[in-house]
Amino acid sequence: MKVLVAVKRVVDYKVQIRVKADQSGVETENVKMSVNPPDENAIEEAVKLKEQGLAEETLSVTIGDEKAQDVLRTSLAMGIDRSILVKSPNSLEPLAVAKTLSKIIEKENPDLVLLGKQAIDDDANQTGQILSTLLNWPQACFISNLKIDGNKLFLSREIDEGIEKLETNLPAVLTCDLRLNTPRFASLPNIMKAKKKPLDIIDISTLGIDTNPKIKVLKVEEPPKRKAGIMVNDVKELVEKLKYEAKVI
Amino acid sequence: MSVLIIAEHDNNILKSSTLNTISAAMKLSDDINLIVLGSKIENLCKNTQSIHKVSKILKCDNEKLENFIPEIMAPIVSNIAKNYTHVLAPASTFGKNLLPRVSALLDVTQISDVIEILSENTFVRPIYAGNAISQVETNQNINLLTIRPTAFDKCEESGGEASIEEIEFLNTDTPTVFIGREVSKTDRPDLGNARVVVSGGRGMENSDNFELLYELADKLNAAVGASRAAVDSGFIGNECQVGQTGKMVAPELYIAIGISGAIQHLAGMKDSKVIVAINKDTEAPIFNVADYGLSSDLFQAIPEIIKELDLLNKIES
Repeated sequence: MKVLVAVKRVVDYKVQIRVKADQSGVETENVKMSVNPPDENAIEEAVKLKEQGLAEETLSVTIGDEKAQDVLRTSLAMGIDRSILVKSPNSLEPLAVAKTLSKIIEKENPDLVLLGKQAIDDDANQTGQILSTLLNWPQACFISNLKIDGNKLFLSREIDEGIEKLETNLPAVLTCDLRLNTPRFASLPNIMKAKKKPLDIIDISTLGIDTNPKIKVLKVEEPPKRKAGIMVNDVKELVEKLKYEAKVI
Repeated sequence: MSVLIIAEHDNNILKSSTLNTISAAMKLSDDINLIVLGSKIENLCKNTQSIHKVSKILKCDNEKLENFIPEIMAPIVSNIAKNYTHVLAPASTFGKNLLPRVSALLDVTQISDVIEILSENTFVRPIYAGNAISQVETNQNINLLTIRPTAFDKCEESGGEASIEEIEFLNTDTPTVFIGREVSKTDRPDLGNARVVVSGGRGMENSDNFELLYELADKLNAAVGASRAAVDSGFIGNECQVGQTGKMVAPELYIAIGISGAIQHLAGMKDSKVIVAINKDTEAPIFNVADYGLSSDLFQAIPEIIKELDLLNKIES
């Protein structure tokens, strides 16, 4: 089995983001960037499948500028075998991302594609679902458990009501929840080794897909701030405030 | 302009997220159609006819639709979607699972998690866990939107007289087999639309201690929520997680107990009307969004609150 993992480079989840003064977007210059957190779960799952002898080859793919190589190196340090950067000057909408990935998948012929369930920057939660549709492969989103037996997949997905269990077949597209596994930290020797692993660069213009945005961002603003609250001294005061001031109990 | 809404339901009852989505659609049009895909949904559709502003229900009733496999639903929706300017679904795990597939079939970019509709082609949505608000415009022939239920009131369930039209079931073969659903049963209000939510975090220490939280929730007729840390630690089920990758809630009163307030958690609850934070750590970021903060050991505070509420009830009765 060959496993392909899609990875996105995003502002690190611990960073308090800043909206640009001209309202054109969010500041990403001189800000710590990292692997999108649920994509780390996808990487971890692929590496585990290799360690269990279920995957022969693991491959990570990202789309972005030269700097996006750093998230691929992180994936290689975690144990992925090789990487592809699809070089794109612009950030893409999920539809274009899925089309790009489907072109890579056509060439690479993986049996399993793993993605994070959503990117923590645009919070769109679309790419895996679109990709599954374009490939006409089964989809399982928000998975928190995966078992593979031959060609068969046994899956748990996190849904609003609880957990849903599905069975399906390879090839398939799965999007990973944060509870699927605990991503490992790359050790220093592995970070060094990762520098020598193969990382190919493909220019997006060679793939022949329409990447023009269909949505125009008019402006990006800060959310309305909540006005400062007060500290109460004890439970009695709290309950009184809720009853007579806020009138919510 | 004509709007199609994809109904979220369990084959028996329409979920309230659908009612919020209908409210959102009213900003676009007075001609709202509802597509209901499911199995044995005769009664469900009949009970839905009275919903305000819905003129037509498109019913697709087939046993293969019983478990909402998105591979089977999406082609049926995309086939019908061509007759509409807007197709809306709730931004629940149901809508998130389905609508992007429709977007792929129609080659349209979907706009996720809409919190405000400014015009027929201008929409507002949160990005970066709600730490930035993006206003977007699109000129596509069909607008696909998922709607954040908490951003819109529920529509009236009476006053309408929708007709029911059967639509053709188009079969899609898929190897996916539905095995089951583990749904935790509770008599408490639904987390997504409860008036009061009581949430516990890592500070609750274990699942047994959550009993204390349940007791408080029941006093307030509240839903129970949790931080990701509490769910990851196994204190409570994933269906209770509030936050960027969990549920979005916006109750009248949100009580955060033993929750530090990571930005990912705040993303899920900071639109609540009144926020109470109870935490030992006075530096916890949750206090920055709280209307009322109490620095206290939660194992002392919760029983005291329960006592105070009992006292209050006694005085009133």
